[in-house]
Amino acid sequence: MSDTATPFRGQAIPGVEQAVALGLTRDEYALACDKLGREPNEVELAMFSLLWSEHCGYKHSKKLLRTLPTESERMVMGPGENAGAVDIGDGWVVAFKVESHNHPSAVEPFQGAATGVGGILRDIFAIGARPIAVLDSLRFGEPGSERTRYLLDHAVAGIGHYGNSVGVATIGGEVYFEAPYETNCLVNAMALGLARREDMIRSAAAGPGNALILFGATTGRDGIGGASVLASAELGEGEESKRPTVQVGDPFAENKLIECSLELLERGLLVSLQDLGAAGLTSSASEMASAGGVGIDLDVARVPLREADMAPFEIMVSESQERMLCVAEPARVDEVLAVCVKWEVSGAVIGEVTGGDALRVLQGGVVVGDVPVAALVDDCPLYDLAPEAPAAPLYDPPEATLAAGTSVRETLLALLASPNIASRRPLFEQYDCLVGARTARRPEQADAAVLAMPTGAGIAISIDGSGRRVAIDPYRGTIEAVLECAANLACVGGDPLGLTNCLNFGNPEKPHIAWQLSESVRGLGDVCRALDVPVVGGNVSLYNEGADGPIYPTPVVGMVGELPDPLAAGQLGFSREGDVVALVGWDATPPLAGSELAKLRGEPLPSELPATDIAEIAAVHAAIRDAVRARDLSSCHDIAEGGLLVAVAEAALAGAIGVRLTLDDLDEARLFGELPGGFVVSGDAAAIDRLEQRVALQRIGSVGGDALVLGDETWSLGELRAAHGALATLFP
Amino acid sequence: MTRFGVLRFPGTCDDDEALAACELVGDGVMLWHGDSDLQGVDAIVVPGGFSYGDYLRCGAIARFSPAMASVVEFARDGGPVLGICNGFQILCEAGLLPGALLPNIGLRFICHQADIEVEHADTPFTQACEAGELLSIPVKHHDGRFYAPPEQLEALEANGQVVFRYVGDAPNGSSNGIAGVCNERRNVVGLMPHPEHAVLPLHGSEDGLKLFASAAQVPAGV
Repeated sequence: MSDTATPFRGQAIPGVEQAVALGLTRDEYALACDKLGREPNEVELAMFSLLWSEHCGYKHSKKLLRTLPTESERMVMGPGENAGAVDIGDGWVVAFKVESHNHPSAVEPFQGAATGVGGILRDIFAIGARPIAVLDSLRFGEPGSERTRYLLDHAVAGIGHYGNSVGVATIGGEVYFEAPYETNCLVNAMALGLARREDMIRSAAAGPGNALILFGATTGRDGIGGASVLASAELGEGEESKRPTVQVGDPFAENKLIECSLELLERGLLVSLQDLGAAGLTSSASEMASAGGVGIDLDVARVPLREADMAPFEIMVSESQERMLCVAEPARVDEVLAVCVKWEVSGAVIGEVTGGDALRVLQGGVVVGDVPVAALVDDCPLYDLAPEAPAAPLYDPPEATLAAGTSVRETLLALLASPNIASRRPLFEQYDCLVGARTARRPEQADAAVLAMPTGAGIAISIDGSGRRVAIDPYRGTIEAVLECAANLACVGGDPLGLTNCLNFGNPEKPHIAWQLSESVRGLGDVCRALDVPVVGGNVSLYNEGADGPIYPTPVVGMVGELPDPLAAGQLGFSREGDVVALVGWDATPPLAGSELAKLRGEPLPSELPATDIAEIAAVHAAIRDAVRARDLSSCHDIAEGGLLVAVAEAALAGAIGVRLTLDDLDEARLFGELPGGFVVSGDAAAIDRLEQRVALQRIGSVGGDALVLGDETWSLGELRAAHGALATLFP
Repeated sequence: MTRFGVLRFPGTCDDDEALAACELVGDGVMLWHGDSDLQGVDAIVVPGGFSYGDYLRCGAIARFSPAMASVVEFARDGGPVLGICNGFQILCEAGLLPGALLPNIGLRFICHQADIEVEHADTPFTQACEAGELLSIPVKHHDGRFYAPPEQLEALEANGQVVFRYVGDAPNGSSNGIAGVCNERRNVVGLMPHPEHAVLPLHGSEDGLKLFASAAQVPAGV
């Protein structure tokens, strides 16, 4: 194309090779030129490369995500907004979303994890909700590896550093250790917020002539290219060189930003609000314009900078943290800036809403970029996947750490000490789970976290997703992840209101990864429809592959439910001498294949998981939920990794009281096999009789003493606790 | 009715909870760090959090705020002042309380329920307790290891200025297991555990309410 085709006289055109270096394909570059009617200049190319990245544009996942159920009467905001939200009555709304920060955390775990928390919090208060809780979902390689211990230690410290200082309770989470995450760890963070329905705000810009105000931290060179270079490509050698693409978090700045944003909204000063995340001003401004069907003029010379000599494209794509963009009527601008001053937050008018259809970038009044908003947001190419089930197993068998043929006694202790089952206390004790004074159930008190709401009711939250089970069978494994969350909610008396998900997968351009992703989303859709739980939003993280292959496919599910009385929420620990212990829900012997025990023994992943009857399991959940709400049960615990005997041991440890089991069938699969839909409950004989009216159960023992007794075997609580405390050695 | 003032800095996190605890036993008003007017309150609570981000030494910046100058005067006049966690750190930095709070011995943030023993019931914030009484109150901090030089430590013990002590091992490595202290005049008390997070059935323990109830017994103007 000739130079005369650009309105920017004398400016160099970076061209197709530069576009490829920034992550676009040649076809995408040609499409961008077509939409623009000319070749993009440096500013425009930077904007295209980021908004058309997988991270921002969902190029390989959007078509699949459209198949998910996203409707419910209780839903107030759904996919497409900064976070989803559901109505909890009396004019109150709970907002929530989960998001990944995987590659930054693999490159720089402390800041990567910290800014993951900061980013998801901004999504919550961007819709006008006060952030009240964080949960995290972590995946690392086996803890025998020095690199894993480094990543774990620093990621946990980063989450704590940010969440504790910003003043939002970290109330729960989960962590799995599996070899395929060795080079590509996963750090997903979920946040919840609470809002009055009338205070909520959307991101759509409106009203030509209205002012565009950037407030919060100043803009620097950090995180440039984070969304395209880091988040939308596989991790390879020399990832240290990508460290400058990782942002640095400042929880104090975020704390002020939360208060400032909420005060602006409470005083009704804003037309719309949006956080700055991946791709910085570029994505925020174009998404606000797109949602409102308006144009935006934005002058980079008016953006408060950390470094004086930043180029326009750097200002447009900087991912400096703790910044928000809002639209306000001209008459309100002084008041908006005064609130910023009160909270010691920098605020500046950087542009205005226009009646046009373009995002125009100016520098001191001179246009340096001019792109139709639709080209950036709506014209991002969407690709069909080419899924193909793999002909041969994708993953090596796990490394054996336990010999075959161990005694029941040894097996239970080995399972309790195994990284995926051992107590998470050394991690969660580093998080403030209490700030806000809403926490009714803390970690290790119950299967789900419970928060008290201003309505007097409670909400229950759980996050889960076993990648190994999904690797075995992406469809059924994903169904299991959702059922696991629903089971956790049932244990505290919670009824699901909605879920958010983060789909962590490998490179979707590879047919077997495309197959994992399509099957997983199919499972997610089917189970959500069967349980009548809407997907209120989420996030996709692709290209999670290291030099040794893809991660286990890991759909992380975060589910929120409601319960009438937070003080009646169930607890997982046995509590009363003489209570009857019952096994609820299982009518078949659970298989050992694919279980935690099979992993410890180094068995290859089986080719499928057993089919589940979702309706039948939902009926069990309902019976459990009702019994908990009626305060009928002393304890309630869902059977997950490690199977029945591990669940019983966990309930004994949590309650610091023993249990005598009367099982006569000591078959290994019976004790350690895994299958969704099973629970260990305790209560007085009459309560267990009542529960039996609703659901099949088997009385398997009684609470009491200071040991777990099974036939001739006795484990003292002390030795169970010592085994369960195995992770403490990772945090010397 | 006792009127409490809760002092809020940028970065304070447990201010709403402290105010709510005060309002269970009296009246409460939120005070702003930039305003030196204490609005005639009867007692001051400096709550927990990370004032100004605590990127320097904890509490080192907050002590210079206009409101803190007034709190120092209020304390010199004998007014009851309670510092919780970051508030304790700020009161130490301001010279209202002896000693200093160093990073925890494990160099990690810790959050869990802790048992503390009330050593002395003769302060405005413990007079509703019995000496020797055990309270279950959560700790949550990164810099809670109480330290004073050996001579000062000895004097604190001799003067009965150690108001609260952890039962068993101190979670943070505090000297002599100290969880909270008071000044010589006994009107200023600081502790690392968070009594405002143990005032309702929801919290699993209501032991912390005794500290606020103690202050509510103080007649206005003492």
